[in-house]
Amino acid sequence: MFVINCPHCGERDQSEFSCGGEAHIVRPKQPTELSDDEWAEYLFMRKNTKGVQFERWNHAHGCRKWFNMVRDTSNDKIHAVYKMGEKPPVI
Amino acid sequence: MTKYRINKTRFVDQTKTVSFTFDGKKYHGFEGDTLASALLSNGIHLIGRSFKYHRPRGIMSCGSEEPNAICQINDNTDLTEPNVRATEIELYEGLKASSQNCWPSLNFDIGGINNLISPFIPAGFYYKTFMWPKSFWKKIYEPLIRLSAGLGKSPTQPDPDIYDHKHEHCDVLVIGGGISGIISAKIAAKNNLKTILIEDKNILGGSTIYQNNKNFIIDNQKSNEWLMNEISELEKLDNLIIKTRTSLAAFHSYNYLLAKENISDHLPLDKKNGSIRQRLWKIRADKVIVAAGAIERPLIFNNNDRPGIILANSVKKYLDFYGVSTGLNNIIFTNNDSAYETAVSLFEKGISVKIVDIRKKSSSNIVKNAEDLGIKIYWNSTVVNTFGYKKIKSIEIMNLSEDGSNVTGNKHKIQCDCLSISGGWTPMVHMHTQSGGKLDFREIDQVFVPTEKSENHINVGSCNGDFELEEIVKNTNYKVKKFLNINEGGFDKISVLCSKESEKKNIWLLPNSISESKTKSFIDFQNDSTAKDIKLALREGFKSIEHVKRYTTTGMATDQGKLSNMHALGIIADTAGVKMGTLGTTTFRPPFTPLTFGAIVGRSVGKFFDIVRKTSIHEWHVQNNAKFENVGQWKRPWYYPINNENLHEAVQRESKAARDSAGILDASTLGKIDIQGSDASEFLNRVYTNAWSKLGIGKCRYGLMLNEDGMVYDDGVTTRLGENHYLMTTTTGGAANVLSKLEDYLQTEWPELDVYLTSVTDHYTTASICGPNSKKILNKLFPNKDFSDEAFPHMSYQDAIIDKIECRIMRISFTGELSYEINVESKYGKSLWENCIAAGEEYKITPYGTETMHLLRAEKGFIIVGQDTDGTMTPIDLQMDWIVSKKKYDFIGKRSLYRSDTMREDRKQLVGLLTDDPNEILEEGAQIVSELDKKPVEMIGHVTSSYFSPNLNKSIALAVVKGGKKMNGQKLFVPMENKNIKVTVSDFIFFDKENKRINA
Repeated sequence: MFVINCPHCGERDQSEFSCGGEAHIVRPKQPTELSDDEWAEYLFMRKNTKGVQFERWNHAHGCRKWFNMVRDTSNDKIHAVYKMGEKPPVI
Repeated sequence: MTKYRINKTRFVDQTKTVSFTFDGKKYHGFEGDTLASALLSNGIHLIGRSFKYHRPRGIMSCGSEEPNAICQINDNTDLTEPNVRATEIELYEGLKASSQNCWPSLNFDIGGINNLISPFIPAGFYYKTFMWPKSFWKKIYEPLIRLSAGLGKSPTQPDPDIYDHKHEHCDVLVIGGGISGIISAKIAAKNNLKTILIEDKNILGGSTIYQNNKNFIIDNQKSNEWLMNEISELEKLDNLIIKTRTSLAAFHSYNYLLAKENISDHLPLDKKNGSIRQRLWKIRADKVIVAAGAIERPLIFNNNDRPGIILANSVKKYLDFYGVSTGLNNIIFTNNDSAYETAVSLFEKGISVKIVDIRKKSSSNIVKNAEDLGIKIYWNSTVVNTFGYKKIKSIEIMNLSEDGSNVTGNKHKIQCDCLSISGGWTPMVHMHTQSGGKLDFREIDQVFVPTEKSENHINVGSCNGDFELEEIVKNTNYKVKKFLNINEGGFDKISVLCSKESEKKNIWLLPNSISESKTKSFIDFQNDSTAKDIKLALREGFKSIEHVKRYTTTGMATDQGKLSNMHALGIIADTAGVKMGTLGTTTFRPPFTPLTFGAIVGRSVGKFFDIVRKTSIHEWHVQNNAKFENVGQWKRPWYYPINNENLHEAVQRESKAARDSAGILDASTLGKIDIQGSDASEFLNRVYTNAWSKLGIGKCRYGLMLNEDGMVYDDGVTTRLGENHYLMTTTTGGAANVLSKLEDYLQTEWPELDVYLTSVTDHYTTASICGPNSKKILNKLFPNKDFSDEAFPHMSYQDAIIDKIECRIMRISFTGELSYEINVESKYGKSLWENCIAAGEEYKITPYGTETMHLLRAEKGFIIVGQDTDGTMTPIDLQMDWIVSKKKYDFIGKRSLYRSDTMREDRKQLVGLLTDDPNEILEEGAQIVSELDKKPVEMIGHVTSSYFSPNLNKSIALAVVKGGKKMNGQKLFVPMENKNIKVTVSDFIFFDKENKRINA
């Protein structure tokens, strides 16, 4: 079980958080302009990376804030956490 | 003293007798004994029968690796526990143990016939044999196999014991209280680090604590004496917590560990005094030092499983720790030096001992010690057979060929009553690999050792592959100092003298003069898998160790293969002609030793199992005989039976009353979200399918919320309380998820919106009054208010005062009747409800529960999200096109409604169903077909809601059917077990299609 450094609250147990999957998938501003394939790409397709992955987490049993986290899925090492809207770090 | 209690030790108090029973017979042991040592002191080796062949089996070890000596404890009581290792249970007065897996008795077991027919039950026997006829499996094969297999009996009553959980944080956690763990803990604690030392035995010291051999000297003292002093110093350290009887269960990532502490398992039943039985520690440690030790390996030869065949170091522990001799005429069979310590110990106590060694020679100090004492050693020899059914009586040995692949010369028979075996040592790398650590294979002594990579944990001592005392002490000191960044460890100038092993030889499967098919060389003693089973699996094409393991069940018993895994790997490697290091190991999963369910669950039992949410009116419901339904964590009144009514009768009465006069429902559990901010209207536009900008202040509107994939997610009525202020209601079960989803969009997709969400579900209590007399009741409750349709129309809200209490009244309806929902702060909820009941008395106001609510809305064809929808229904499928705005540019899920799949005309769509027999009520979930004769039968839909409507006097149902929109009037079938029910597709609004009653 990880220790996650919530950018708003500090270090907390993983049990306080929920994972929201891959980060930086922007909802299209004009969905109606998209083809079925383009919309499906946004809606369904995820990378499922083995290695360094950028993902969304929610401090569900804490401040309830969403934030981003960089985690290596092969060894669970957390490289960085940063607030929503902040630029992703270069890992 | 009994015949076998031949030695006094400081660990067993021979002045304190403890009586216990085994298989109903009474025996005596002493305080400090384990069940195993007490049984051995009474000369009892035979403990149980093996799993498959029902061969007699005895105590083989002295610890958690024990495969054979597993017992049922306290049989026929609530406290009974199966599969307890006799080697781990501390003896207490009145302990009742019995053997397992034998019938009718341990000494005469009818299943022993499996041993005679064993050539016919090889690996995979069950998979191969019981395949046909197929119908025999469920009623004949499976019950029979279960009867003759099985490991012990589960208790039939709830567990009366108390279990506990505790969180703990520390700088350093040391796992294992042997010599390396003690050195580690002392270095850490002396350097002001908060340290926890856990040890699964009742005292510290590991195997060094009974190492009294003169060849093992630390600082001019025998190693056991030296360690005794260290332990007493350790106990004086303030910042060290020592937890004995505590075993590590799991080592998770980020140094999160679970450890189980036995608190009262070792106490007699009458002294437990309701104390906690076991405690699960949840430890977060900054640094972890694993000092888990090593397990002695058995040797694999023909008939190596008889009672009286025991691991050599265990024999030494029984002798030097418990004072019990496992036999009076011993043979030691070994491939390494460590077993010679056992031989010397036995000899020094005056017990007859001989040694059989597969090596050609060894010239270490300990071997010289044995030779000097005159102990007979058979070099370059192997055991080829053993004799004695319930206890070993003799062995046959032969010489090994030059390369060790075969045997030569004549058989030589030697009498014995105990055979100690030692195949070397296996480092306990379980903890290391559980934490994600990798392993390296060390060729010279054929062991897997940890590859040190982690910055947060290290392995020290024999679990790290350091087997000799000097390297254990010195390497532990060096590694711990470096790991904790400490300059002075206190062990820097220590002097260690020990015997050093020079000759190493390992043969995974020892050769025999008879053909392999006629031998039984056991690898997994508990699951009865033999070397030839593994070879058979390889011949049949299994290659991966994980597959061989599952096919032969090697390593899959309750001991998890602590003794067998390495030999299985070795034999696979030898047979396949590959290097063992290239095979890898099977996965070591937690828990390391079995955990009780009680320890896992802790206090979360009974009423603490889950949170129960009750409305402020709950007490009234209880007093009025409500039957409750669980909706999420909420307790909701399901129905209110009068005079022993059943569910059906009560619901028929409640439903009729609600439409004929007045009904009242506790609607407090519906999720309520307070939405404020200058962009609140725009936000609602984006999350609901319909338009919100033009909703007037004081008006209510029904909304449907989709997922981005276009499927219906939730629904509810939202009221505009002010220019920038809304109150949203959600389904009871969806409240938390809806709030999370809305927060997600607000925080991540639309941070520019000025909107604030607050859950107010628990803040308000809601009483919903419906029926043609509801307006009269509201007039009585609020005499100064105008409830005319003009002043207070349908789908609007007004503030009001009742008994000086502010409330909000919404005129909205989920039943199709004229209906009002009154909301007050929850602390006034019960008083509001009682006022409503009092005011409604003259109209026979009838409280109704969720079941009646469901029936009434089904008459009107209103959906329940989660009942009539299942995450695959779009609003179009539900024939709710009217609520999907065509004008809005975007809302959550909009684009998905125009995907090719969501536009298919043959999707399952919501319809009404009427049974040809109006009294026939369909079962919810029943499948629907259009053609009965077509094979295979095509299932075109299913029933989602079904009731007998008292207001229509016939059965009605909602269903989803492929292409159902165009099937009005079509005949379909609902096939049940005994009959096919004929149904007709209909409109799904069954009652008051013109909506006259809402404005009645």
